[in-house]
Amino acid sequence: MSVVLETRGLTKSFGGIVAVNDVSFQLHKGELLALIGPNGAGKSTCFNMLMGQLKPTRGSVFLMGDDITGKSPREIWRRGVGRTFQITATYASMTVIENVQMALISHNRQVFKALPFAHRMHRDRAMDLLAMVGMEGQAERHCAVLAYGDLKRLELAIALAHEPTLLLMDEPTAGMAPRERIALMQLTADIVRDRGVSVLFTEHDMDVVFAHAHRIMVLNRGELIADGSVEQIRNDPRVQEVYLGGGTVFKSEDEAEDA
Amino acid sequence: MGLFIAQLLTGLANAGALFMVASGLSLIFGVTRIVNFAHGSFYMLGAYIGYTLMQVLPGAVGFWGAILLAGIAVGLIGMLVEILVLRPVYRAPELFQLVATFGVILVVQDLALMIWGPDDLLGPRAPGLKGVVRIMGEPIPKYDIALLVITPFVALGLWYLITKTRVGILVRAATQDREMVGALGVNQAWLFTGVFALGCGLAGLGGALQLPKGGADLLMDFNILTAVFVVVVIGGMGSLPGAYLAAVIISVLNVFGVTYLPQSTLVLMFVVMVLVLMIRPYGLFGREEVAGEHGQVGEPERPIKPAGLQVRLLVGAGVAALASLPLIGSNFTQVLATDILIFCLFAASLHFLLGLGGLVSFGHAAYFGGGAYVSALLMMHVNTPMELAFMLAPIGAGMAALIIGWVCLRLTGVYFAMLTLAFAQLLWSLVFQWGEFTGGDDGILGIWPADWLSGTTTYYYFALVLSVGGILFLRHVAHSPFGYALRAARDSERQAEATGINTRRVRMLAFAFAGMMAGLAGGLFVFSKGSVFPNELEIARSFDALIVVFLGGVKTLSGGIVGGAFFKGVEDVLTRYEYWRLAMGLLIIFVVIVAPDGIVGTLRKAAERFGLSRKAEDEA
Repeated sequence: MSVVLETRGLTKSFGGIVAVNDVSFQLHKGELLALIGPNGAGKSTCFNMLMGQLKPTRGSVFLMGDDITGKSPREIWRRGVGRTFQITATYASMTVIENVQMALISHNRQVFKALPFAHRMHRDRAMDLLAMVGMEGQAERHCAVLAYGDLKRLELAIALAHEPTLLLMDEPTAGMAPRERIALMQLTADIVRDRGVSVLFTEHDMDVVFAHAHRIMVLNRGELIADGSVEQIRNDPRVQEVYLGGGTVFKSEDEAEDA
Repeated sequence: MGLFIAQLLTGLANAGALFMVASGLSLIFGVTRIVNFAHGSFYMLGAYIGYTLMQVLPGAVGFWGAILLAGIAVGLIGMLVEILVLRPVYRAPELFQLVATFGVILVVQDLALMIWGPDDLLGPRAPGLKGVVRIMGEPIPKYDIALLVITPFVALGLWYLITKTRVGILVRAATQDREMVGALGVNQAWLFTGVFALGCGLAGLGGALQLPKGGADLLMDFNILTAVFVVVVIGGMGSLPGAYLAAVIISVLNVFGVTYLPQSTLVLMFVVMVLVLMIRPYGLFGREEVAGEHGQVGEPERPIKPAGLQVRLLVGAGVAALASLPLIGSNFTQVLATDILIFCLFAASLHFLLGLGGLVSFGHAAYFGGGAYVSALLMMHVNTPMELAFMLAPIGAGMAALIIGWVCLRLTGVYFAMLTLAFAQLLWSLVFQWGEFTGGDDGILGIWPADWLSGTTTYYYFALVLSVGGILFLRHVAHSPFGYALRAARDSERQAEATGINTRRVRMLAFAFAGMMAGLAGGLFVFSKGSVFPNELEIARSFDALIVVFLGGVKTLSGGIVGGAFFKGVEDVLTRYEYWRLAMGLLIIFVVIVAPDGIVGTLRKAAERFGLSRKAEDEA
C-alpha cells in the first residue's frame, strides 16, 4: 500500500512545554485512521502542524513522498489535502451552494476574476458535492440558519471540492447528536471506500472511533503510546491506563453487560 | 541646554491634557468597544464649561474648583448621552455606535456655538501662577510646572482606580470578556454608563485644565481628536501607561518640531505613529486583538443576488429621471445633483471595503482627496491636458491605496482602522504644510475641465455617466468571484485560507480597487468645483463617507448609495440654515435609534413584516 502521509519525529514545543514529542507515523491510501488521546494530549497541535497552521519545532511531514514541512495552509491544500474544523468554519453570509462554489472557484484559480457572476460558476459540480453529503435539498438555504450537523456536512462538501487525496478531520462529530454522529462517520467511511481518499481524524467519542476507524493511534502528553488495529488498542494496557476511569468504554457492549 | 530642558518641560506639561483625554477614550473603547468620535467634543465642552465657571467662582479655590466641576459636569453629560443615545444601539452591528457619536459631535458643535458664540475664548490665568520661573535662564510658565505636578497624580489615581479597586477589576474584566462579566451577574448597562461617564469626565477635565494655555474654541474638538487617536494607538488600546508614555512622546515631539522643523510638525506625529505600528502593531503596551474574541454583534449579512428584473427596471427609470434632469431643473439643481452623484460614488467605494470586506477604513478621504489632488497638481505644475489629469486621478489614488493597504493590512480590527486614519492624516498634513507645492491651506484654484466639458449640463452628464457607471461596476464586482472571495475572507478567514484563497492579497486588491473608485470620485469632484482644498483629505471627510455607509446599511448592497444620496440631499437643504449641524446631528441620532440596521436594512425588514416582500427563512 502506498504511503499518503508520513511524519518523522514531529515535535512542537511552546516555550518550555513540549506539546508534541517525536511523533512518527504513516497513513496509507484508503485508510481511515483515528488519532485519539485525552484532552491536552497534543492532537490539535499535531493537526495544525500537518495543515501548516503551526510550524514544527523539529521533524518533518511528507505528503506522497514530498516534504511539506512548514508550507502554508494554502500550499498544502493545493497539493490535495482537505480539512474540516473542530469549530465549523463556513461563510455565514452565503447560501449553502455558494459555500461550495467558492472552494471550486479557488480550486480552478478564478478568485481574482472580477467579471463573471460567481453564483453561476461550477453549479453542477457544487450540486454533486452537496448530493454526496446529502445536502442537495438545502442548496439555496442561507448558511447562517443551518443546524450544526448540517454545517458539518457542508464543511465536508467544501473539503471534498478539490478531490483531495487526503482528508484531515479535527473532531468531526463534536457537538453533534448521537444519530448525526453515526450518519456522518458512515458518510466518511463511504467516501473513503468509494473514492480512495485517505482520512486522518481526531475524535473523543470512543464508540465512533471503534466503530469506524481502520487503525487507531493514541497520543498521550505529546507522545505516541500506541498504534494498531481496533482490537490491539482496545486491549492495550497502557491505553487503558491513560483512559483510567473510562474502562468500560474500551469493552464491547456485550462485555460491559456481563461485567 | 537651557532651551532644551525648557522645551522638554513644556512638552511634558502639554502631555497632561492629552493624556487625560486619551485615557478616557481608551477606557471607553476597552469596555464598551465604542470608538467614541465625540470624545473631542467632551474635551471642548470641558473647556467651555470650565471657562464659564471660572467667571462665576472667585479666587484660586474657584479656579481649581471650576476645573474639577467642569470635569464632573462633562461626566454627567456623558452619562446622559450614553443613556439616551448609545444604550438603544448596543445591539446594532459592530461600530454602528460610532455613527451615533458622530451625531453627538454635530449637536455639541452647534450647542457650543449657541451658548458661547463663535469667538475664541481666551482662558483666564490661574490665580497665583501667572508668572514664569527661570530654569537655566529660560522662562517657564508657572502653570506649566503646576500641570507637570498634577498630571502624574491624576495618572496615579486612575491607575489605582483601575488596578486596585473593585470597580477597576470589573472594568478590566469587561475589557477582556464582557459577556463573561455579564454572565457573572454584573449589571453591564451601568458598568458601561459608568465607564462612559468616567471617560467623558476625564476628557472634560483635560479640556478645563488646558484653559490657561489654549483657551476654548469651536475647532478644538476635531483638533484634539486626531492627536488623541494617535496617542491611544501608539500607547496601545486600553493601556493607561501606554497612553501616558505616548502622550509624552507626542507632546514633546510637537514642541521640538515647532522649534526645529516648523514645516512638518503635523507630519512628524503621523510618521511616528506609522513607525511604531510597523514595529509594534498593537502599540507600545497594547495586546493583540484576538479575532472574534468579543463576538460578532447582530445577525450575519444575507446572501446577495444580482438585481432582478424589477430592480433593474427601477434603476433604469431612476437613471432616466436623472438624465432628464437638465430639461426640467435649473443650473443649480444640476450642480447639486452632480455633488450628490459624486458623493454616492465615494460612499459606494467605501461600502465595498466596509460592507463586503469588513475592512473599516477611517481614512477613505485620502483617496478621494488624493485623486482630486493628483489631477489638480498635474494641471498646475506640468500643464497636463485635463483628460489625462482626470484619468490619472483614479490611477494615482489606486496606487496610493495599494501601498497604504499593504502596510495597514498587517493589522486587523480597530488598529487597522486607526492606521488607515493615520495615513490619511499624514497625506492631509503633507498637503497642508507643504505649501509651495500644494498651495497649503489656500488650496489649488482654477482647475477647470477641458472646453468640450465645461458647460454645466455637459459636465453633469459626464459625472452622471461615470458615477453611475462606477457604482454599477462596484456592484458587479461584488457578484464576481473576487467580490465573493472578499466576503469569504470576512466571514471565515480560516476556511478561506484553508481552501487556497490568499486572503491578504484579496483584501489588498480590494483596498486598492476601492481607493481607485474613490479617486475617480475625487477627479470628478475637482473639475466640478474648479478647486481643491486640504479639507477634502480631512478626517471629517472620511467620517462623512463612513457615516452614510453605516446609516444606509452596511449589510445591504445598496446601503452606501442610498445613505449617500439621502444625507447629501438633506445636508444641501439643511446647510442653508444657521444651526444646521444641530438638526443634522439630531437626524443622525434619530436614524441610528429607529433604524439600527441602516435605512435600507430597516426598510427591508419593515417590508417583510407587512408582507410586501418575501421573508428571509427562519428569521425571527
